[in-house]
Amino acid sequence: MGLAKRIIPCLDVDAGRVVKGVNFIGIRDAGDPVEIAQRYNQQGADEITFLDITASHEDRDTTVGMVERIAGEVFIPLTVGGGIRSCDDIRTMLNAGADKVSINTAAVTNPDFVHEASERFGSQCIVVAIDAKKVSAEGEPDRWEIFTHGGRRPTGLDAVEWAKKMVEYGAGELLLTSMDRDGTKVGFDLGVTLAISEAVSVPVIASGGVGNLDHLVEGVTKGGADAVLAASIFHFGEYTIPEAKRYMAERGIEMRL
Amino acid sequence: MTIAVIDYGMGNLHSVAKALEHVTHENVIITRDPRCIRGATRLVLPGQGAIRDCMGELERTDLRGLVQDLLARQDKPLLGICVGQQMLLDRSEENGGIDCLGFLAGDVKRFPADMRDDFDHRLKVPHMGWNLAHQHHVHPLWEGIDQDEHFYFVHSYYVAATDDATVFGTTDYGRVTAHVAIGRDATFAVQFHPEKSSRAGLRLLENFVNWAP
Repeated sequence: MGLAKRIIPCLDVDAGRVVKGVNFIGIRDAGDPVEIAQRYNQQGADEITFLDITASHEDRDTTVGMVERIAGEVFIPLTVGGGIRSCDDIRTMLNAGADKVSINTAAVTNPDFVHEASERFGSQCIVVAIDAKKVSAEGEPDRWEIFTHGGRRPTGLDAVEWAKKMVEYGAGELLLTSMDRDGTKVGFDLGVTLAISEAVSVPVIASGGVGNLDHLVEGVTKGGADAVLAASIFHFGEYTIPEAKRYMAERGIEMRL
Repeated sequence: MTIAVIDYGMGNLHSVAKALEHVTHENVIITRDPRCIRGATRLVLPGQGAIRDCMGELERTDLRGLVQDLLARQDKPLLGICVGQQMLLDRSEENGGIDCLGFLAGDVKRFPADMRDDFDHRLKVPHMGWNLAHQHHVHPLWEGIDQDEHFYFVHSYYVAATDDATVFGTTDYGRVTAHVAIGRDATFAVQFHPEKSSRAGLRLLENFVNWAP
């Protein structure tokens, strides 16, 4: 008995509403992030990640209000990501009640920002999001590269080296998304998950590609992930969080049931 | 009736204050004003980040003497959280060795880097996530909380107290048994984050608010 592996549902939020739609069993949800976060909390989610995809600055204030309301109701860790570019952005989110922020593009364009942020707020609240894509050809040794702009723009950065660098710069946790698996439902890229998980000292959250509960199991048992993040399999009611947790526990994984 | 969350500049205190407000109608304030701290009925000593910075900020804000005086008096309940727990010990290994407040006998040590899990994967440091708190001695703050309940942790260093009578809870991680709940008299301190530990954490905070040592 010991540290449980975590299941983290992810909410994509635009101007204060959850987009992509959420459909819990028997309930058609219009997408209020506070209600959805509460429901996931009641189901036993270990954390909640709130990904702000709002484009306009005015609408960003709505997001801050949402984070405040969630933090006043849901007493489990809350990570906020999307558009975090400055220490002011981080302070705003932490003051609103976020426990961690996830830094993505800004880490690639300015790695020193990660250093500055972790010095100022502590590594425990700095998550670096890594979007990786497999770039090695068939028969070559596996190699993954960092991509930005939703997987469209290559950076030339080796994913494993980048992960190590981000931890040196003060990342307290890594959120690893396999861009070539995202949305495919064929499972995590276990190769890059294991390579990064073994290369760094901090926890790794696996994301991208979950289609069934075996994928969650493999993320932990084969990928070495400390936590698994998923959106659609929970949003659309294919599986509930308690179902996923029991399934993983039955396969020998320590879970918080 | 006022609960003062002591703000010496380290960490995010909003989560703690919000969780307290959720379990009590008493006034919850985040403050570094010595008069407010002395006048409060209960105190929360939080802490995040490196212990050198926490001890340094406590000095810089002139609150170290006050906190030490309050610890010596034990005339009102105090709850330490995370680094706020570690600061109560004699000394921490972190940052090359830092003298702490010395309220409880023992040290703060780093988790070993070479631990493996059941699947032979690397055990991470920080110890981050939900782990079981084993209630080692009975305490009013454990009331209504199941034995071996999950709480949320984030830490790379852990408490090793030397006096068993001060250890109220333990948690296993790899080959380490950390002292995650310690205390004596009107002071109780936990390594985990009750404000992020869902129902069990809120119950512990409620127990603290109702505690009359």
